[in-house]
Amino acid sequence: MTHNAVNTTTHGATAHEAISVAGLHKTFGRTTALDGLDLHVTTGEVHGFLGPNGSGKSTTIRVLLGLLRADSGDVRLLDGDPWRQAATLHRRLAYVPGDVSLWPNLSGGEVIDLLGRLRGGLDKRRRAELIERFELDPTKKGRTYSKGNRQKVALVAALASDVELLILDEPTSGLDPLMEAAFQETIREVRGEGRTVLLSSHILAEVEALCDRVSIIRAGRTMETGTLDDLRHLTRTSISAELAGHPNGLANLSHVHDLRVDDNTVHFDVDTDALDEALRRLTDIGVRSLTSTPPTLEELFLRHYTDEPPETERTEKARTAP
Amino acid sequence: MTANVTHVVATHETPSRAAGALAGTGQLIRLALRRDRIVLPVWALVIAFLAASGASAYEALYPDPAERAGLTASVAANPSFAVMFGPAYDLETAGGFTAWRFGTIAALLTSLIAAFTVTRHTRQEEDTGRQELLSSAVLGRYAPLTAAVVTAGLFSVTTGALLAAMITGVGADTTGSVAFGAAVALCGLVFTGVAAVTAQLAEYSRTANTLAGSTFGVLFLLRAAGDTAEAEWLSWLSPVGWMHRVRAFAADEWWVLALPAATALALGAVAYTLLPRRDVGMSLIPGRPGRAAAKPGLRTSLALSWRLHRGALLGWMVGFAVMGLLFGSLASGVGDIVGDSAEMKRMLQQMGGARGIEDAFLSSITGMVAMIGSLYAVQATLRMRYEETALRVEPLLTTGVGRLRWLGGHLLFVLAGTAAVLAVCAALLGVGYGLSSGDVGGEWPRVFGATLAQLPAMWVVAGAAVLLFGLVPRATVAAWGVAAAFVLISMFGPILELPQAVLNVSPFTHVPQLPHAEFTATPLLWLTAAATVLVAVGVTALRRRDIG
Repeated sequence: MTHNAVNTTTHGATAHEAISVAGLHKTFGRTTALDGLDLHVTTGEVHGFLGPNGSGKSTTIRVLLGLLRADSGDVRLLDGDPWRQAATLHRRLAYVPGDVSLWPNLSGGEVIDLLGRLRGGLDKRRRAELIERFELDPTKKGRTYSKGNRQKVALVAALASDVELLILDEPTSGLDPLMEAAFQETIREVRGEGRTVLLSSHILAEVEALCDRVSIIRAGRTMETGTLDDLRHLTRTSISAELAGHPNGLANLSHVHDLRVDDNTVHFDVDTDALDEALRRLTDIGVRSLTSTPPTLEELFLRHYTDEPPETERTEKARTAP
Repeated sequence: MTANVTHVVATHETPSRAAGALAGTGQLIRLALRRDRIVLPVWALVIAFLAASGASAYEALYPDPAERAGLTASVAANPSFAVMFGPAYDLETAGGFTAWRFGTIAALLTSLIAAFTVTRHTRQEEDTGRQELLSSAVLGRYAPLTAAVVTAGLFSVTTGALLAAMITGVGADTTGSVAFGAAVALCGLVFTGVAAVTAQLAEYSRTANTLAGSTFGVLFLLRAAGDTAEAEWLSWLSPVGWMHRVRAFAADEWWVLALPAATALALGAVAYTLLPRRDVGMSLIPGRPGRAAAKPGLRTSLALSWRLHRGALLGWMVGFAVMGLLFGSLASGVGDIVGDSAEMKRMLQQMGGARGIEDAFLSSITGMVAMIGSLYAVQATLRMRYEETALRVEPLLTTGVGRLRWLGGHLLFVLAGTAAVLAVCAALLGVGYGLSSGDVGGEWPRVFGATLAQLPAMWVVAGAAVLLFGLVPRATVAAWGVAAAFVLISMFGPILELPQAVLNVSPFTHVPQLPHAEFTATPLLWLTAAATVLVAVGVTALRRRDIG
């Protein structure tokens, strides 16, 4: 299977890419759900898929699963076409939906077995191990499970299958911290086995702990893709410094924001990639003490979730509109 | 001072407790009326209009006394009329004719809509979890049930009043119209009560509706058996029979209305007693734990389909088996109840003697069985849409099950299930008729074959439902409307003398009236072809559309 994936390079999907989406558009009636979305997931990585509610994460996943038909754009999944080859591709992946709905007259154990068998069989030992790890009672029936327990049923079914790719849509939104830890442990094992994971999540600690790379989307478009370190570089660092003299010329620097001057003490935010230049200016004046606070993950995401889309992308959007 | 305060608290507490159990009922009634503001008025109008169209058609079709006497005689000569429409007390007036011919359908529709309304605002709210949201607000324990019952009751009473007003408007006697309208409304109230009880017993809204619908079916059969087998006491046991026993326009037996009124109140009391004995979202019958692992057989989407369809399918098969056996045994000897006046004997002769009457009876029964059975096809098709909206198709389709395979597993139960439901009825209709006429070997194949000839028409109804599901999934539920339109056209089209082009819309129009008439294969082949095309278009559309 993996050999195939490496050897075939089609439709611009480079080899080693488990998921490759370029310029994906999808509308429902008058609402535009996806507006030229790009997503590239390398084989073997855990890829975080982030964005505010309603930004198009689940729609993208449902296009990747061949449940929705793309209006336009190039979508490759495990080097196949998810719409045309849905059934064959699905044997190689497992999916945990964000909203797990179970059949009322089937027990959790029955659902796990059914989904596993439909996928081509599941590892009995692994199934037992996961049921124990997630403390799941498999004899309860559909509706008697809580939201978290329904998610555990779907998680066990997905994780006990021998598949190359896991697509997880907010899989832990109903889990308690203990189960969250069990989940993170399992995902690390999965990555250790060389499998690929696409993880949509709002839990930043989980993303930080698990993801090799993340893609942040907003309003159906990809805002940023990269490692968390890459993304941190795109944000601002807060600086507080006590200086030897009066701070002159700091306000003229284009990378410095929200400057407050208090006698010889300054507080400001600086774009992280321009940190060098700002510090050089400070040392020119003479530094008595200095505190630098790197951006927290929350700040990083809040900025991406709330900022207006950059001007360039907006003009691009206008251009692609028919 | 202290005494004063205690006093104030005490006086305030008593009324607030009583009101507390019902707190928010008014708001919920407004919510229910807002949600149903289109569907309930439309049904009330359809029911009233149906009856009024019958009353006005009567004046045009049977203008003079001789024709009315002829109608009375021909109805008396064909016992299958008594099965489907109940006893005819007075066919000499427009009102009496309407009460006879349209009473059952008006009562059926009013009862089912009332029952479904109760379920929609009680059990379905609990199923979806919306009830939790509402109950967390200031809401009395009995408020949701009360609001549902009031809404369904308002619908029943409005329908009865509208019906009375509209048939009076086209010339029926006012007193009789009021009696008829009241009888229909009270039947609706009885089933409001039935649904209030089934909503407490069943764990899911589908089960609650099925229980209420089956109750109507059983009570209808009881009434039909009583009116055909000359065992009138059986009819007196059935709320569906009481509607006829009011004898609107013929005798106006007002006291009979006390029976459904008392029954409705009693059922309501039962529901209110059961309600506090269970938790929100749970049923009275506690669920048992399931298996920790699936049986080896549960490994395909077909196996899952069987799990999902088997309950409904077996229920329908049992119901249709009983119906077949019942009407089969009633069929031989229906000639006897016709009477022996000279006029009757002449009509009997015209129809081919006792044998002819029995065949005519059987062919009417097979037609009725097919129309009712086609509702199974609609129900089974809607199951697919239900699975889709409940987000339970996605996990299957993402395991390597192709859309065609998933669809195939369900279509098997839609198409072959319909055939099984009809076949079991056909077999037992043959057995019942064979046994009572003393010639099982000779009669069974004839009756069995005659009944099975209805299958292609039922498949057309199934095809229409599949087409809707594939092409306009949001409107899949309109399949009920399509089935209802076919049934209404076939049941009332001929007597309203609708143009042939309209009659031809219903697939049931095209089925040869076996065993009464000659067998011709052509219409059956055309119907099968039509069903095939409908299913094929639906399947093709489903393969291309978005899921969810």
